[in-house]
Amino acid sequence: MRFLEKKKITLSFLILVFFVFCFLVFNKALFKDKIYSPEFKDGKTTYLVDFSLPELYSANEIKLSEVIENKDFSIINIWASWCVPCREENDLLKSLSSLSSLQIIGINYKDRKKNSIKFLNDYGNPFKYNLVDKDGTESINLGAYGVPETFLVNKNRKILIKIIGPINDKDVKKIREIVND
Amino acid sequence: MILSNVGFLSLLLGLISSFAVFLCTVLNIKKNLLNLEKNIYKFLTLQFFFVIIGFFILLYTFIISDFSNETVYNNSHSTKPLFYKITGLWGNHEGSLLLWLLVLTSFILFFFFSSKDEPKNFRLYTVIFHQIIVIGFFIFVLKTSNPFDTLFPVPSEGLGLNPILQDPALAIHPPILYVGYVGTSIIFASALAAMVTGYVNNLWAKNLKKWVLISWTFLTGGILLGSIWAYYELGWGGFWFWDPVENISLMPWLSLTALLHCILTLEKRDLFKNWSIILSIVTFMLSVSGTFLVRSGILNSVHTFANDPSRGIYILIFLFVLIFISFVIFFIFENKNLENKKEIFFLSKETSVLINNWFMIYFLSVVLIGTVYPIFLDVITSEKISVGPPFYNKLLIPFLIPFFLFMSVGPSMNWIKTNLKFKASYIYYFLLTSAATIITIYFLTQKDFLLIILVFSLVFLSVKTLTNFFKNNTNHAQNLSHLGFAMLMLSILFNSISSTEIIKNIKVGETFISKNEKITFEEVKTNEKKNYSSIIGTFEVKNKNNKIIKLYPEIRIYNQPVIATSEAAIKTTLFKDRFITINLIKDEQLFNVRYQNKPFMIWIWISTLIIIFGGTFAVFRKKKNYS
Repeated sequence: MRFLEKKKITLSFLILVFFVFCFLVFNKALFKDKIYSPEFKDGKTTYLVDFSLPELYSANEIKLSEVIENKDFSIINIWASWCVPCREENDLLKSLSSLSSLQIIGINYKDRKKNSIKFLNDYGNPFKYNLVDKDGTESINLGAYGVPETFLVNKNRKILIKIIGPINDKDVKKIREIVND
Repeated sequence: MILSNVGFLSLLLGLISSFAVFLCTVLNIKKNLLNLEKNIYKFLTLQFFFVIIGFFILLYTFIISDFSNETVYNNSHSTKPLFYKITGLWGNHEGSLLLWLLVLTSFILFFFFSSKDEPKNFRLYTVIFHQIIVIGFFIFVLKTSNPFDTLFPVPSEGLGLNPILQDPALAIHPPILYVGYVGTSIIFASALAAMVTGYVNNLWAKNLKKWVLISWTFLTGGILLGSIWAYYELGWGGFWFWDPVENISLMPWLSLTALLHCILTLEKRDLFKNWSIILSIVTFMLSVSGTFLVRSGILNSVHTFANDPSRGIYILIFLFVLIFISFVIFFIFENKNLENKKEIFFLSKETSVLINNWFMIYFLSVVLIGTVYPIFLDVITSEKISVGPPFYNKLLIPFLIPFFLFMSVGPSMNWIKTNLKFKASYIYYFLLTSAATIITIYFLTQKDFLLIILVFSLVFLSVKTLTNFFKNNTNHAQNLSHLGFAMLMLSILFNSISSTEIIKNIKVGETFISKNEKITFEEVKTNEKKNYSSIIGTFEVKNKNNKIIKLYPEIRIYNQPVIATSEAAIKTTLFKDRFITINLIKDEQLFNVRYQNKPFMIWIWISTLIIIFGGTFAVFRKKKNYS
């Protein structure tokens, strides 16, 4: 009996610790900044994976590598209408879309179609193509951490810059430097 | 303005009555006075009365479009049809919590009235535990989400209700779902009270069963309406997306289903006492976590309207206080309800209930991990992942096969011991099922091994359940729900493997072919309505027998707030749905047309209705037996 009591106390202690842990995790998640700190990964010769996804407006299947081959440089931007920082970076993307040697390809991440179309109507559309990644699996294959996330790649799908979180003026300057070389 | 102040005051008085109920109950346990019990009645009624006053005031401000009230201003508009003015009340965070409070206070009142035959201390403790929940929600409403905040100067027009919420199915979805959710609070309080007073026995189970059935039936109905809304309104052509918010309504449903089976065993055999208590607690905790996850903005989803961490932190603390209380009570009083040392024979109904519970807990864990794991991973490693349908399909589908097989034989087992005798009928079942499976497989385009076994087990379940109807001394409520479940699974299976979809960009007058149907885009019309203008396309679908069906998909542009939504045109027949949506393509004459063939769609709704009907039947049948 004594032994049982002891066992019970140990067990309840462990369960309690588990719940405290859960509480702390949820508490942290609640106050976690939903905007991710940008992180640069330079000098890494990694290549973008290839996949096909339907286009947002036309719904035609588009193969990523075929589109990237057409221009010297491409920006792959993962976005969603429910993502607040995506709205802020939209203007910067639009400013980049005028560059002749660069095209911007959007990957519409886990979104509802009409919400994303409304987003583009409201904030403007910097994207040449918009690939719909409805369940988010291809974005995971891409190695994406979340939304927004931006890759700058060359013709051969070599990743030149990867920006986690929204892009800022500094990133834009850097992208312009690389593209104009 | 005055109305809103009265409403707020009424809720405040409601909170005071809640404290009074709590105090009276505690005193009554100590002193055992008769007139105190009368006071409990009085204060419980008063508490309900004040909440209902608040509710009707808010309803009235919605109906007359009183924009001095901030909730009304944010969620309504004067040109809105009356129906959506009313449903706008619970289409937002503040109003929906008031509705939650209304159901909460009405249920405890109903419980106290209807439980007169039960031990006095058990009733009192139930009220005490339930009042903790009521007071918690009262403070939550008044402190962080007051529906009666006023605006000055008074705006002349409201912001409008989100158009995707302007849908009849969604309008009644929250109240139904809430009855289901909140019903679990009575189960929770009653489980804790039974624990404290040592009343965890077959009598308790018998009385609790009707609450479990009511919650379960309403929860099923709520989930059904949510799915219907997703299918008709979201326009993707699916009815279940494994969205976190859908998952959190499924989780309490799974544990409630487990509890429903478990409580039967407790009633008939006085077994699984602690397990029933744990399930009761878990079910309510899952309901509150659901509220936490939806209301805190911790998840990104169509359902997240509120994005306020202060609300989140309140529910989070409240949730963990409740967990802590139930935890302490469980460990202190566990010895009081000693489990009967009865042996369970291997072939018995007890075993099949146990197996049902294992499966339910497994399904629950999968859904729970899929929903919560991304949050944990994000906090601990800052890595962001998304868990989608492939995860659930891989982990759930293989386990459905043994689940279906156990489910087909489980109900035929006897309590205590089943004598297994070889019957010729088993061979007939087997032959019949095999024949039906072969015929079914023949019609399917996809043929892999897993699918064939899945179809076989499902057909077997359906055949077995159907024959149960013709047995003597059988439980028709159970048969109905089980049959509904088998049909639901069959329809989902056929629907998911033989749906077809074709997406085209075409102009007016053009034609395309889908399988053996010819679809012509005939014309486009525009139409002005009170709160939106719409573009309506006319499509003609001609099948190989030259039978013609017309479909009219629509694009609606709402005026407050300005949002374009696409309304699918759906032609439902007994065997398949034809589903068509159109979308505008920017700066072009073309329309994006999406045409889908969804077999057995209507059977998904019908079979869920059969499940609900089974539950309702059980509630009423039991009531008759008692009186």
